[in-house]
Amino acid sequence: MKYFDHAASTPPHPEVIRTIAEVMQAHYGNPSSLHASGESGFKLLHRAREVCAQALGVEPSEIVFTSGATESNNMAIKGAALQYRTRGKHLITSMVEHPSVYESFRQLEGLGFEVTFVPVQTDGTVDIEAVMQAVRKDTVLVSIMHVNNETGSIQPVAEIGRELKQKHPRVLFHVDGVQGFGKVPLQIKDSGIDLYSLSAHKIRGPKGAGLLYVRKGVQLFPLLSGGGQEGGVRSGTENVPALVGMAKALRLAKEKEGENIRGWRNVRQRLVEGMASLPELVLNSPADGAPHILHFSYPGMKPEVVLHCLEEDGLEVSTKSACSSKTSEPSRVLLAMGKSMEVAQSGIRISLGDEHTAEDADLLIEALTKAVKRLSGLKGGLK
Amino acid sequence: MNVDMLMLRLGEIMLKGRNRARFEQVVLNHVKRLLNGFPKAQITKDYGRIYIDLGGEPADELLKPLSKVFGITAIIPVVVCTPELEQIQEKAREFLGSLSIEKDTTFKVSGRRVWKAFPHSSHDLNRIISEPLLAAFPCLKVDVKNPELDLRVEVRDDRALLYCQVLPGAGGFPLGTNGKAMLLLSGGIDSPVAGWSAMRRGLEVECVHFHSYPFTSRKAEEKVIELAKVLSQYSGRVKIHLVPFTDIQTSLAGAGQDNLMITLMRRAMLRIATKLAEANDALALVTGDSLGQVASQTLASMNVIGRVTELPLLRPLVTMDKQEIIDLSQQIGTYDLSILPYEDCCTLFVPKSPAIKPNLRVVENVERSLEGLDDMLEKAVQNTVTMVLRPNSQIHYQEDEMTGSPDFPRHDLEKPVQEQGIRGDWF
Repeated sequence: MKYFDHAASTPPHPEVIRTIAEVMQAHYGNPSSLHASGESGFKLLHRAREVCAQALGVEPSEIVFTSGATESNNMAIKGAALQYRTRGKHLITSMVEHPSVYESFRQLEGLGFEVTFVPVQTDGTVDIEAVMQAVRKDTVLVSIMHVNNETGSIQPVAEIGRELKQKHPRVLFHVDGVQGFGKVPLQIKDSGIDLYSLSAHKIRGPKGAGLLYVRKGVQLFPLLSGGGQEGGVRSGTENVPALVGMAKALRLAKEKEGENIRGWRNVRQRLVEGMASLPELVLNSPADGAPHILHFSYPGMKPEVVLHCLEEDGLEVSTKSACSSKTSEPSRVLLAMGKSMEVAQSGIRISLGDEHTAEDADLLIEALTKAVKRLSGLKGGLK
Repeated sequence: MNVDMLMLRLGEIMLKGRNRARFEQVVLNHVKRLLNGFPKAQITKDYGRIYIDLGGEPADELLKPLSKVFGITAIIPVVVCTPELEQIQEKAREFLGSLSIEKDTTFKVSGRRVWKAFPHSSHDLNRIISEPLLAAFPCLKVDVKNPELDLRVEVRDDRALLYCQVLPGAGGFPLGTNGKAMLLLSGGIDSPVAGWSAMRRGLEVECVHFHSYPFTSRKAEEKVIELAKVLSQYSGRVKIHLVPFTDIQTSLAGAGQDNLMITLMRRAMLRIATKLAEANDALALVTGDSLGQVASQTLASMNVIGRVTELPLLRPLVTMDKQEIIDLSQQIGTYDLSILPYEDCCTLFVPKSPAIKPNLRVVENVERSLEGLDDMLEKAVQNTVTMVLRPNSQIHYQEDEMTGSPDFPRHDLEKPVQEQGIRGDWF
C-alpha cells in the first residue's frame, strides 16, 4: 500500500519509535515525584523542552507540552480569550481554519465573544489588509493558520504578524503551525507571533503529543486545572515518552527541512503535470502552495468513490481533511475560496511524505487516469 | 541582522589611570574566549573600543554572550565600507533597507569625519548622505533634535563605519579585576542576584552552598548548581563548594532555642564560609541579605550574625526593594530556577517566631553550651566537595578534592550523563 495521506498523519520515524519504547521502559516515574525515578523523568522533559525550543528558535520556558494540536489550538484561543476578556471581547480568525480552531471560536461566540471570520481570496489565502481592517479597539486575538490542511495554501502569517504588532501591539497573534512546520520555513521570533501550535504526528512523531509556544509575558487562562504542571497552564502528568519522541521528531524534521522540501516540490510538480492531462479534474491547490499537499476535485463524483478506486490500486489518499472526512458536507474551505458546490463536494487530497519519489507520482497519475476512465460513465448517477 | 562588525564600548574602566591596560586586557581575553566558536571573526582593540570583524560569522549568535561580558557598556552592530562617498551612500541605503522601515520614522544622519583628508566635512556629510536616503525611503522624516533613527557615519582613513543601534552591555568591571569573594548561595531569589552584582563590580565569586541531604532532595542541590551555572555564563566558569550542613543543623536544633535557630544557623554558615574563604584566598563574603526582608535580615540580626567573621561582609542588595531584586533576577536569568519549590537547608527547622532582635550574649552562651560545635564546623569544611561549573558543560567534581566524606550524597550529578539513565541518542 502506498500512503499519500501525510497531512492526516505520518508514519513515525523508526528512531522516534525506538526512543519512545526505550524511554517508556526505563522511565515510568511521575516527573513530578521527588524521588530519583521521578527526577529522571523530570530531566528528560527538561531536555525535551530544550530540544523542541531549539528546533523552533525560541526559549525552553516558552514551550508548553500538550496532547496535540487540537489541545494547543484550544489552549491558545480559549486561554487567551478568557485571560484577556477584560481587554475586550472581539476575536479574529479566517474562514479556512482547521476545525479545532474554527470550533473553538464558535464556542466562544456562544460565551458572548464576537468573532470576525475573515474571508479568503480565490487561492485560499487571506488578504493582509482584510485582517488589519477587521481589528477593532476591543480585539484581543487574531488566529491565522500557517498552511491550510486541505489545499496547502500558505498564509502570509509573518507579514500579518509584523504588521499587527506594528499597528496594534496589544493584540495577540496565534498561528496554527501544524501543517507548516518542517514544510514551509517560518521564523517564529521575527514574525510577531505570540502563540504557535504544533503536533508531533504530522512530522513523523507520535500521536498524542504536541506543544504550544507561548511567548514570554503572555498569560493563558488554564483550561485544565490540577497539579500545576507545565507552569500551571496545563495540569496533568506529562506523557514523557511521547514528548521525548516529539523532541526527536522535531529535531529530525528541522534538520531535513531543506532536503524534504526539495523532494516534495519535485514529486508535487510531477503530479501537477500529470493531472494536466486529466481535464476532468480541477486543481484546487495554488501553484505556490505548500510543497507536500496537492488538492483537486472531480466535480460531480463522490470523492469517496475515487478514494476507494485508488485504494484498489494500492494507493491511499484522503477526502477533505481527515478530521472531517466522515461527514459528507461540502468542504467549508473550498466554499470559502469561492469554489462551486460541485467542486467543494468532490475534493481529494494527496499529501506527501519524505519517502515519496517521482515513480510514486507516476503510479498515482496512472491510477487516477484509470479511475477517471472507469468512473466517467457513472458521473451524475451517484448524486 | 546583516552587519560586518560589532563594536564594543568599554565603560567605567576607561576612567582608570595606569591600570587601564590590565582591565582592558581582561575584557579582551573574555571576548576572545567567546569567539572560540567563531573562527572567522577577528578582534582588534582601539582606544575605549573593541572591534570584532565578523568575517561572515552571524552577529545574532554573538549578541547574547557578549551582552554578558562585564566591562562592556554597549554593543554596536556596524556596517563597514571603504571611505568613499558613493560607497557610503550605497551602504547607507542598503542598511536602511534591511531595517524594513514601514511606518513614518523621524531620522537624522550624524556624520563624523575622523580622517581629516576626507573631502567632505562632518556637517556636509549629514546632508550628502541623508538626501538620497530621504528620496529612497518616503517614510523617513528629518528631525535633528530627537530622531527615532540616528544613522551614525564615522569616516576613518581605512574604512567608514555605519550604525544606528546601540545595544546595552553588562557594564561594570571586567571579570575578577577587583579580587575574590565567597558567595553564600542558597536556592532563593536573592543570593544569585547578589552574586551577579558582585561579579559585575569585578569580583571573582566562588559559591558556597549548604545542603541538608538527606533531609532535602537532590533536586534542591541541583537547582543551586544550575543557578551557579547561570552565573558562570557571565564568568566562563565558577567554583561551587557544597558543604554538608545536616549534622550542624541537627545539633543546633538540639539546643532547644527555637527562636534563635536562624541566628545560630547563619552564624555557623558564616564561620564555615570564612574558613573556606581563607583556604581559597578570598577576601570577602557576599550574601543576598536585604534589610528587613526576614528575621535574619533585621539590623539587630545582621549585627549578631556578622560578628562571627572578620572578613568584610558585602551585601549588594541590602537597600533594594524585593521587586527590584526580582526584576534583576529575571533579567540575569536566575528567576525561573529560583522559584522551583524544593526544600533547602534554610527552609528546614524554621521556627514559628524567629528572634528579630537576638541578643548577642545569649547567642554566644547557647553556642558555648553546644559541645563540639567547632569540631563539627571543621568537619563540614573537611567534607566540603568542590565542583567547577561552566555554562554548558557537564558537571564534574574537582579531581583533587574527591576525597570528601563518604557520607556525602554521591549522587547522579558526578556520573556521566549516560549513567543517569538519560541517553543523548534519545534526542
